[in-house]
Order: sequence, then C-alpha cells, then structure tokens
Amino acid sequence: MTGTMTTNNRETIIIQQERDLIICRNRVKDFAVRIGMGIVNQTKLITAVSELARNMLIYGGGGSVLLEVVSRGREPGISVVFQDKGPGIADITKAMQDGFTTGKSMGMGLPGAKRLASEFFIDSVVGKGTIVKIIKWKNG
Amino acid sequence: MERIPILKMGKFLLVTIQVDLYDRLALALEEDLVMMVHKTGAKGVLIDISALSIVDSFMGKIIGNIAAMSSILDAETVVVGMQPAVAITLIELGLPLSGVYTALNVERGMALLEARMPEETGNDRDNDDE
Repeated sequence: MTGTMTTNNRETIIIQQERDLIICRNRVKDFAVRIGMGIVNQTKLITAVSELARNMLIYGGGGSVLLEVVSRGREPGISVVFQDKGPGIADITKAMQDGFTTGKSMGMGLPGAKRLASEFFIDSVVGKGTIVKIIKWKNG
Repeated sequence: MERIPILKMGKFLLVTIQVDLYDRLALALEEDLVMMVHKTGAKGVLIDISALSIVDSFMGKIIGNIAAMSSILDAETVVVGMQPAVAITLIELGLPLSGVYTALNVERGMALLEARMPEETGNDRDNDDE
C-alpha cells in the first residue's frame, strides 16, 4: 500500500491530502481517454471518482484508489476501487440516501456516485474501514 | 497560497476559473468574492466555468454559497460557460444548482446581469460609457 504502482492497465493512487484528489481525477481521465470513452461518460466517471475519493479523505482519513482497465465481452471499462482503513459506515442503507450526511457536506457523494457509475459495490465494517468499487463501461 | 483572480468590470465582478479547483482554493474564492462584493459594492458576480471539466458536489456547494452570500449583499450571481457534459453530470449527481442564474457565455451572462439591474437615472449610465 505504499508508493505508486504503475503498469499499463493498472495503477494505485494514494489519497492523503486534497491535492491528491486532483492527481486522482487526472489519472482517471487518462485511463478513460485511453479506452476511448466519450466526454459525457468521462465526466460522469471523473465526477463520481471525485465524490468517492473526497469521501474517503474526509470520513476515512484517506486511503488508496486502484484504477484498472476491465472488459465485458468486447466493451472496455474503467474499474475504480476505493479502500480506506477509517471508522467504517454504521448504516450503509442510510449513507446511500440522498441528503444524508454525518459531516458538513450535502450528502450527495455516495448516492450521486452510484447514479453516475454503471456498477457500484460498497462494503464497510465498523472499526475496520470501507471499500467502494465502481465500474464505468465505455458506452454506459 | 495561490488564488483565483477577481476582476472588476463596472458594476460587476468577473471570475474566470482556469485551473483545477481543489477544495481549499474553492473556499478561498468563496471568501474573496464575498469580501470583494462588500468592498466594491458590486451588483453582480459573473463566474466563468468554461474551463472546468467537472463540477462535483463540493464545487456545486461553493457556487451555491457564493450566490446565496452575494444575494444577501445585494448582488446577483451568474454562472456562465458550463460544458454540456458537466450539466448532464450535475443533474444525474442530484445537484440542480437551483437559485443560481446561468448563461451560455460571458456575453450573455453580462446581458442577463444588465437586464436585472434596476433602471438608473440616465446620467450615471452615460458616464460609464465614456
């Protein structure tokens, strides 16, 4: 989990401070451009990543983001996994509701990111941390 | 710390965001703008976001805050130049930016602000044009 690992289709970015969010957004954009994702889906993906990475920084005390090019049949996509060792989320159902927040944000992060992504998975254990995975397919 | 420049154009303030906004920079802009509205007595604030490739909920909140704070100080806020993909994404994200005026570009944004200004007695405006 230390440092940045880079291969062609896989990269890990460590999120520890605000500026890392910008690096993360830029790397996601590079990945999306590489698979030829259109501008609207690119924007949706980068926005979702921005929400989730910020959540991880604010509520999880930072963590790691794993970017990967994946595919289903002939369609490529970008998978992004956010993993932190923060306090975890006590009630995921509640956290997924629009407007619910334990902080000072608008409570749009999780539900908004879910709407923007093609696929969304979340798992959290109180006291251990949270893992969120999204996939955005090139055409959806 | 770097800052986003704010230009004064007659009765209005113009901000063109040309860099990726990280959260603290956005917060500094919010504060600077509200201070400038107060200091200059500006009647309108024009925020050009045409160079922004994304607007997430944090940035959306800042834009909403600027509009609300300026409104209390008697200034209108217009956001101009939003990329189509950003508009689509904002709605899906669940952030309709209600309460914020928008226009397609700076020119139209200026026209919108001008149109919303109460009619002044002739002389002032003539002087401005010189």
